[in-house]
Amino acid sequence: MEPVQQKKISRISELKKEVTILFAGDSGDGIQLTGSQFTDTSALFGNDVSTFPDFPAEIRAPQGTLAGVSGFQLRFGSVEIYTPGDVCDVFVAMNAASLKANIKKLIPGGILIANISGFDKKNLGLAKYPEGINPLEDGSLGKFRLYTMDITKMTKAALADSGMGTKEIERSKNMFVLGFLYWMYNRSMSRSIDFFKEKFKGKPHLIEANIKVLNAGYNFGETSETFSSQYEVKPAPMPKGVYRNIMGNQATALGLIAASEKSGLGLFYGSYPITPASDILHELSKHKNFGVKTFQAEDEIAAATSAIGASFGGALGVTASSGPGIALKGEAIGLAVMYEIPLVIIDVQRGGPSTGLPTKTEQADLFQAMYGRNSEAPVAILAASSPSDCFETIFEACRIAVEHMTPVFFLSDGYIANGAEPWKFPKGDGLGKITPKFAEENPEGTPFLPYKRDSKLARPWALPGRKGFEHRIGGIEKENETGNISYDPENHQLMVKIRAEKISRIADFIPPQKINTGQEKGEVLVLGWGSTFGAITMAVKDLIGDGYSVSHAHLRYINPFPKNLGEILKNFSLVLIPEMNNGQLVSIIRDKFLVDAIGFNKIKGVPFTSEEIKKEVLRILGVSVPN
Amino acid sequence: METIEKILPKDFVTDQEVRWCPGCGDYSILKQAQSVLAEIGIKREDTVFVSGIGCSSRFPYYMETYGMHSIHGRATAIASGLKAARPDLNIWIVTGDGDALSIGGNHFIHLLRRNFNVNVLLFNNEIYGLTKGQYSPTTRKGTINKSAPMGTIDHPFNPLALCMGAGGTFIARSMDRDPKHLREILLRASKHKGTSLVEIYQNCNVFNDGAFFPFTEKESKQNETIFLENNQPIIFGPSRTMGIKLDGFKPVIVNLEEGNSANDLWIHDEADPIKASILTRFFDDVTIPGHLPRPFGVFYTETRACYEDEMEAQIVTAIESKKRGNLDALLRGKNIWEIK
Repeated sequence: MEPVQQKKISRISELKKEVTILFAGDSGDGIQLTGSQFTDTSALFGNDVSTFPDFPAEIRAPQGTLAGVSGFQLRFGSVEIYTPGDVCDVFVAMNAASLKANIKKLIPGGILIANISGFDKKNLGLAKYPEGINPLEDGSLGKFRLYTMDITKMTKAALADSGMGTKEIERSKNMFVLGFLYWMYNRSMSRSIDFFKEKFKGKPHLIEANIKVLNAGYNFGETSETFSSQYEVKPAPMPKGVYRNIMGNQATALGLIAASEKSGLGLFYGSYPITPASDILHELSKHKNFGVKTFQAEDEIAAATSAIGASFGGALGVTASSGPGIALKGEAIGLAVMYEIPLVIIDVQRGGPSTGLPTKTEQADLFQAMYGRNSEAPVAILAASSPSDCFETIFEACRIAVEHMTPVFFLSDGYIANGAEPWKFPKGDGLGKITPKFAEENPEGTPFLPYKRDSKLARPWALPGRKGFEHRIGGIEKENETGNISYDPENHQLMVKIRAEKISRIADFIPPQKINTGQEKGEVLVLGWGSTFGAITMAVKDLIGDGYSVSHAHLRYINPFPKNLGEILKNFSLVLIPEMNNGQLVSIIRDKFLVDAIGFNKIKGVPFTSEEIKKEVLRILGVSVPN
Repeated sequence: METIEKILPKDFVTDQEVRWCPGCGDYSILKQAQSVLAEIGIKREDTVFVSGIGCSSRFPYYMETYGMHSIHGRATAIASGLKAARPDLNIWIVTGDGDALSIGGNHFIHLLRRNFNVNVLLFNNEIYGLTKGQYSPTTRKGTINKSAPMGTIDHPFNPLALCMGAGGTFIARSMDRDPKHLREILLRASKHKGTSLVEIYQNCNVFNDGAFFPFTEKESKQNETIFLENNQPIIFGPSRTMGIKLDGFKPVIVNLEEGNSANDLWIHDEADPIKASILTRFFDDVTIPGHLPRPFGVFYTETRACYEDEMEAQIVTAIESKKRGNLDALLRGKNIWEIK
């Protein structure tokens, strides 16, 4: 098959500031592995990187179909990178379905690398191309630089003498692509070779096979006449320091271990498997040598209540889930509000309601975190803004839970949970201290009062095993100070007010809100929370560059808000709140501050692009934008 | 868990007024629990009572130990987390037929299979008391009550058969009206390493009065009950002349005065899971002629590793093989680069 679009490029080395590559193929094609290997290597090289894995909910969706397309988008550069990119410069399509699903993301003039074997009659049919139509041959891809190669065939040739079966050989074709891209971007293969050696420890034939195919891809780039250009993306000028690459869920797990170490409390993690939160459980269960106890409970309710039991015993009790699981934990969270003991609740949000879009991202559980319990049951809420920010934010969530004796919500979402970025990781010594509020010794002859509070309104934490502190707690309303059951009307009102005030007072113990980008005063404030950070940052930087008066403030603390937030809001004529939901933070902001904030909502299971935010800012400024 | 001398049952009494209905079977169970704790001599501060919701779940407020009164059905899950975090504690779960077998059914079976070293007191009164008289998952079919004015159509659970199926390692039954037996069984439960499950027939004199009278009252008790003793033949009856014999897998009642020898009788063996399973099936309606008597005592015991011990052992193994974790090394990871 002779592709009609084949073009030759001269053999030169082109310098690029940043590149976005999209790998896409069947969910069995090893796309995620290819993407994460290229990410690690680029990060190690010193590029700034940002990634967006996008996979189907079905583990093994029918091969070759649109439903089974798995993608991994990666942006890397010699400049600061805030998002995985709105569009891509290079698109590797392993089969027809992946081309059909993603071709709209490739910029005109972008490089399209297509695996010929993935465009045979069967694959074209599965991708629902009309009979006799092959996009690689019909000229429809004319605005791209199309390169076709028979990756499957070349992989087979590379492993002809390996003695491996056809299926096993075909599974290695992603490594051919990886090798080819390493050549294209002038990257070292050593990081991936080390990875194979560790992953396939004790299976030398697999190590050898993967290295062989990787080399074959690299050499194909070097020797093939078709590809005569290499690209260079220099390291990014990032702040000095030592970096590693990190994914959001991994950062969350490390933050929990750090909080356990810094507080001296053993970590207990009660969890029931759910996408996209399960990776935190997987990561934590690898670190038992930190004394970490992971408990895979029988259901979400047991995951939450076991963490409450552990917390009563003096552990750092943590439970995690995604939206549907959080709904099941609601009653238990209310119990922890009444118990007034530390509990950290992790919600890695996904598209909803109900089962919704399990593998797609959304920010629509803010209301659930804020209001999703019976009666008056306030809890603290924090949200992470990027993969590496999960570390600091979960650490803060643990600090507040332990020092203020309260349940704390930590909100993440599928986008940052699975996304990766370079992380200038801290030293353990540099992390703040977490001081548990253990009960102090009673003066002789006075009874222990489990609900007597300090200036934070936090009650003392008296752990079983301590003589003289025996006490009973329960979900029934308690008498102030003694904690005994009380149905007294005045007492109930007092306790409801105290529990609310206790959460409000956390504001005295968190940093003030800062303006992340732009001036302290101006025309437009873009107020964000969670994973929209990257897209808003890029949009606002561009707009400032274009001379507009726009600033960006990004919230980590949502309940309570930082004390100066009201002042900040007053310093701008317009407040725009982009959210991946139908308008939740905007509603809370309007409620708390009586500010006429404008919502901007995207509820498509995919993150905002910076372009979308830019256009919306211009729209509210009354600037006409050509489409 | 250290033991100390001279702690008395009254040391376990709290300053809270006990608020069960006068005549409720719970009073007797509370008294026996306080007495047993004093006898085993575990320190009050090392003991935690955990309960869910229901009449029985008020129990922790009346025990001068640490305690958690929680939410409906979840005591078992809360206790699991507590025991995992603090294997050193002596934990008692107090639950009822609604709490453990209906709303908390899931956690209940998983507690049993994991075999945490905790004690479960399952107060079975075959009715919902706190919510004022609806049928529970152990209410006998056809019973008339508030939510079933025409009689219940739910087939009831056989709680101990369920426990056998769930992999329980200590399965026993006692009753509120036999304090001596109750005390003996609670003592044995407290000594078992693993989850000890004691079903306690408990009379709700307000909403289901007399549900267990055939087993608890003088006139019928001797004919309707078997008090199991390990390695002893199963004998019952007012003059202990009746026995149970196994005919293949089928238990049959025999009269020792009619030429049957005690040597041919079923010898109770607490370690035999097959026989224990058959025993849990002695669950006949007492109105059926020829029905089998109801057994009380320890049906089954098994020595099996406890969840919390295996959890600790994995931590020890991980530390032995990888060394105690170092936070800086963890944060650093395996692949780093420096920007100068």
